[in-house]
Amino acid sequence: MKYESVIGLEVHAQLLTQSKIFCGCSTQFGQAPNYNTCAVCIGFPGVLPVLNKKVVEFAIRAGLATHCEITRSSRLARKNYFYPDLPKGYQISQYELPICANGYVDIDLDGTSKRVRLTRIHMEEDAGKNIHDGHGDSSLVDFNRAGVPLLEIVSEPDMRNPAEAGIYLRTLRAILQYLDICDGNMEQGSFRCDANISIRPQGTDALGTKVEIKNLNSFKAIEKALEYETARQMDTLSEGGKLIQETRLWDENKEQTRAMRSKESAHDYRYFPDPDLLPVVIDEKWIDEIHTSLPELPGTRRSRFLSQYALPLYDAELLTSRRDIADYFETAVTIYPNAKAISNWIMGELFRILKERKLDQQLYIKTWPVRAEYLAELVQLIDQDKISGKIAKMVFDALVDAERSPQTIVKEKGLEQVSDVARIETSIDQILAAYPKQIADYRGGNEKIFGFLVGQVMKSMQGKANPQKVNEILKAKLSCTIST
Amino acid sequence: MELTLKEVQHVAVLARLRLTPEEEKQFTEQLGRILQYMEKLGQLDTSQVEPFDHAATSANAFRDDIVSNTPNPAAILANAPAKEQTFFRVPKIIE
Ligand SMILES: [Zn+2]
Repeated sequence: MKYESVIGLEVHAQLLTQSKIFCGCSTQFGQAPNYNTCAVCIGFPGVLPVLNKKVVEFAIRAGLATHCEITRSSRLARKNYFYPDLPKGYQISQYELPICANGYVDIDLDGTSKRVRLTRIHMEEDAGKNIHDGHGDSSLVDFNRAGVPLLEIVSEPDMRNPAEAGIYLRTLRAILQYLDICDGNMEQGSFRCDANISIRPQGTDALGTKVEIKNLNSFKAIEKALEYETARQMDTLSEGGKLIQETRLWDENKEQTRAMRSKESAHDYRYFPDPDLLPVVIDEKWIDEIHTSLPELPGTRRSRFLSQYALPLYDAELLTSRRDIADYFETAVTIYPNAKAISNWIMGELFRILKERKLDQQLYIKTWPVRAEYLAELVQLIDQDKISGKIAKMVFDALVDAERSPQTIVKEKGLEQVSDVARIETSIDQILAAYPKQIADYRGGNEKIFGFLVGQVMKSMQGKANPQKVNEILKAKLSCTIST
Repeated sequence: MELTLKEVQHVAVLARLRLTPEEEKQFTEQLGRILQYMEKLGQLDTSQVEPFDHAATSANAFRDDIVSNTPNPAAILANAPAKEQTFFRVPKIIE
């Protein structure tokens, strides 16, 4: 029997607020343990949480960008369970009446669009962090993260294989990054994912027994875990076994999932509306204000890049995957409209430097190693035959952190391309005179020699000769020599 | 509504309460009586009444996104039964 997997994802996105969701503590990452804590987020008796308005605004932004209905009057609720990283014995979250519901995200599967429906987006507080290992009979608890605002974004089980799940996550992450509400850093845990997966015979509609997978800390882990789990479930069924609904942990080292010891009461959270927090009422005016402030989103921008700049899908996708890169590209193209050439330089040389300097870990790069206007000018110099492609790479490297334009650098270093026929001829004549044996070989039919000769000419002219001209003149001269 | 012994035991587990068999029996009876009393509300016709989920009549008590707390981990940890550096220390968590 052929099976397909049915995958739904739950994403926890940490919001880029300055302060926590219910108190004035900082959300800064990497502080000393329990430095960013107070009576409210530690859950001392008698304290009153007050909702951070920015969290509501960010939730509405996310909801509008993913075509959700915004709930006009939503509630915060208590989710009750005991765990040492949860200081109050309950997490403030949303249950009934989440702030956003019934949205969707369109994902691109090699040029065809697929719609992944969103069940809901709700606001909640993060828990603290436990350290289990290396402290004997104890675990240590750090509450810096407790009370940091999260959006939980729940999809419908609309994905049919691990690759689709990966694309959905990348798409969703890009949207949140464009909206400037989440930095999407999976390593630091500001973009986390749990997956629900079941399998069923292809062509059937009923849902199988679903398994929840936790501890997925990278895109690679997510795709691998889902592949492993699909195979495991298929094996179990084909061997006549039965699947049970359970939570499994992904083990990065062993590359397999394992069952968590489940307590039967684990999912009995006894949600109820939090009496400490007032309803959140959102009017039309607020929604309109946020709507008009939304940036152009990655999907729309990608389509526009395809039509406006006639870029290949690959380029459009890569350039629009980050708002800063897309902005950089458009700045350069406005100055000099050779879109494809500029795109090539960005995807090649610029990306290399961003990686080297780890600048790609920033959410939005403000200071570029090479200014967009300089890159535009560089491409223009190549197009005008003022420098060769090879020299252009040198100029590009010289542009890094430079306050001088490509033209200035070319002039200063005397890198202008030589297209002057007389100068090229002189150089070619010298080379022809220096390599009589190779020329005889060439005459004898060894065409590879041609490339060697071009190389020698370029070398003698320090790479500055116009390669096209060198090719033409050399060919003409060699055929002359043959005929005489 | 009659409450079963099993339900009381379940709630006790969720609330991390250790009850003696006598207490379980006693609470089953008492909680059952309370629930029975609350069931009187079910006799009212509420088909025309909006669901009520908050005692306050206002909405939207917000704060601005400003860091206003001066960190004081020593004070936060002062009442901790056990600590290590500036961590809270708890019995080892398994799983
Ligand atoms: Zn706090």
